[in-house]
Amino acid sequence: MAKVIQRPKLTLAEMLYLPAILGGLLITVRHFFDTLLGRKKVTMRYPEERWDNHLPDYYRGAPALVKDEHGRERCVACQLCEFICPPRAIRIIPEEIPSNDPWAKVEKRPKEFEINMIRCIYCGLCQEVCPEQAIFLKKDYSFVGYSRQDMIHNKEKLYELGGTMTGLVHKWNEKK
Amino acid sequence: MLEPSAFLQFFHHPHVWIIWTTLAKIIVLLAIVLGLVSYTVYAERRVSAFIQDRLGPNRVGPEGLLQPIADAIKLLLKENFVPNYVKKFYYLLAPLIAMIPPILVLAVIPFGSQLFGVPMVIADLDIGILWAFAISSLGVYGIVLAGWASNSKYPFLGGIRSSSQMISYELSLGLSVVPVFLVVGTLNLQEIVRWQVHNGWLIAPFWPKGFNLHSFLANPLEHLIQTFASGFSLERLLLWIPLFLSFLVFLVSIFAETNRAPFDLPEAEQELVGGYHTEYSSMGFALFFLGEYAAMIAAAGVLVTLYLGGWSLPLIPDGSATSFLGLPFIPPWLASTLWGLINIGVFFAKVILVLLFMIWVRWTVPRFRFDQLMKLGWYVFFELALLNIILVAAILAFFPNVK
Repeated sequence: MAKVIQRPKLTLAEMLYLPAILGGLLITVRHFFDTLLGRKKVTMRYPEERWDNHLPDYYRGAPALVKDEHGRERCVACQLCEFICPPRAIRIIPEEIPSNDPWAKVEKRPKEFEINMIRCIYCGLCQEVCPEQAIFLKKDYSFVGYSRQDMIHNKEKLYELGGTMTGLVHKWNEKK
Repeated sequence: MLEPSAFLQFFHHPHVWIIWTTLAKIIVLLAIVLGLVSYTVYAERRVSAFIQDRLGPNRVGPEGLLQPIADAIKLLLKENFVPNYVKKFYYLLAPLIAMIPPILVLAVIPFGSQLFGVPMVIADLDIGILWAFAISSLGVYGIVLAGWASNSKYPFLGGIRSSSQMISYELSLGLSVVPVFLVVGTLNLQEIVRWQVHNGWLIAPFWPKGFNLHSFLANPLEHLIQTFASGFSLERLLLWIPLFLSFLVFLVSIFAETNRAPFDLPEAEQELVGGYHTEYSSMGFALFFLGEYAAMIAAAGVLVTLYLGGWSLPLIPDGSATSFLGLPFIPPWLASTLWGLINIGVFFAKVILVLLFMIWVRWTVPRFRFDQLMKLGWYVFFELALLNIILVAAILAFFPNVK
């Protein structure tokens, strides 16, 4: 059965269009002057103004490796992050820590740790899965390069981004 | 070899004089209008941005003021791609036809009183407004031709819409201005402006006779009250109603005529992917764009001339005045030049205000549906304009001294 939709009865003012148009013009001119005089601000002039100071604590930016308070690299090359990474952006080549190293008891460390930032989807699973709390999603979000090779962060770059993170993991420290 | 004085005399010969002054006016007006076109595009982008709480183009130069130059360079350097299934001759002809009429219309618009004794209108035609209407309606051929020659469905729909829209609005456009000519009694646009100088702008013709800067400066308040009291009468109030209606119908009709929102059906981006200029790139597209904005300027010029007093502003004399605010150190020739320049400035200031209003409306009112547009054109504005003519004729017949 066909359903009859009743059109609303328009008043004279509505049929004339003009009062509605005038009302609309008032709204738009208010927005115009609000933006012109800077009373209302919605957009950000990006390269000059950045999000950096407005980012929330839980912001997921680029993954980076961290060192602990002794300058030891926390990563033990267990490769869990490499396994969990959905887009397979992480590649780790582990190596054994030589016995003359003060941290020889840790046994393993990454020889090469690469994150392909073209692939990375900033999901944070690597941070979540890491048993050593060695990889964190930092607040950096803007990476550029001239080639695909430029967009692969190597170990050096990852430690540069990560810096030092103290606390949290104490199991490798000397027993007191 | 010619003597310098003989050389100068040659330029003062009446026939030579009219040729080179006209050429100078054409070049200057074209330069001003093309500059105005590119900055109207810039204003369109900035104003629309502000209305939508954005910032708009603000990178090229201070506050993005050099953006039109960047746009021009971009459009000139782009490849002019011609699809191989189009009707080439008409395809290439269409942008030119869209571009030329609005510029031709500018020829009859008085953009100033006079400068160095030269009237500031390129062609002082006695049928001025008829020329403007006749030429401006040719602009639709460019759009229809582009739609047809593109041999593609969206441009075709744009062209069809444009032609039907033009038919429904040309009528009310022509009829709505008839009251103006009934009241003023001439089609010459310069004469219409002169009438408005003495009788007040046609949008509100209350300007009392005999009100001028000289007597105003001598005795401001008394002169103001006296002349306004004598200029205001019931008949004039009666005349104001149909003239305001005619202004309203004309305003809406030029929106439709220049394909501006809310009547921009031929180029509805959301429905027609740009409409008639979908298949154009580079300078072809730029010419359509220029033509559209030049048409806006021409329409605004006609509107200002007919209803908003043209180059006149209350209390400001025209370019034949010989004293500048009574200042003794300004010689007569300088005074008349200054007033002439001020008149030109006033005209373009009014045109710019109308253009800003058109931009403002575009970013406020949503597009009309096609049946709504047809209904509005044929049922409302056509009748309104006809009634208006009868009304004005009746008022003029019953109150012969209303003028």
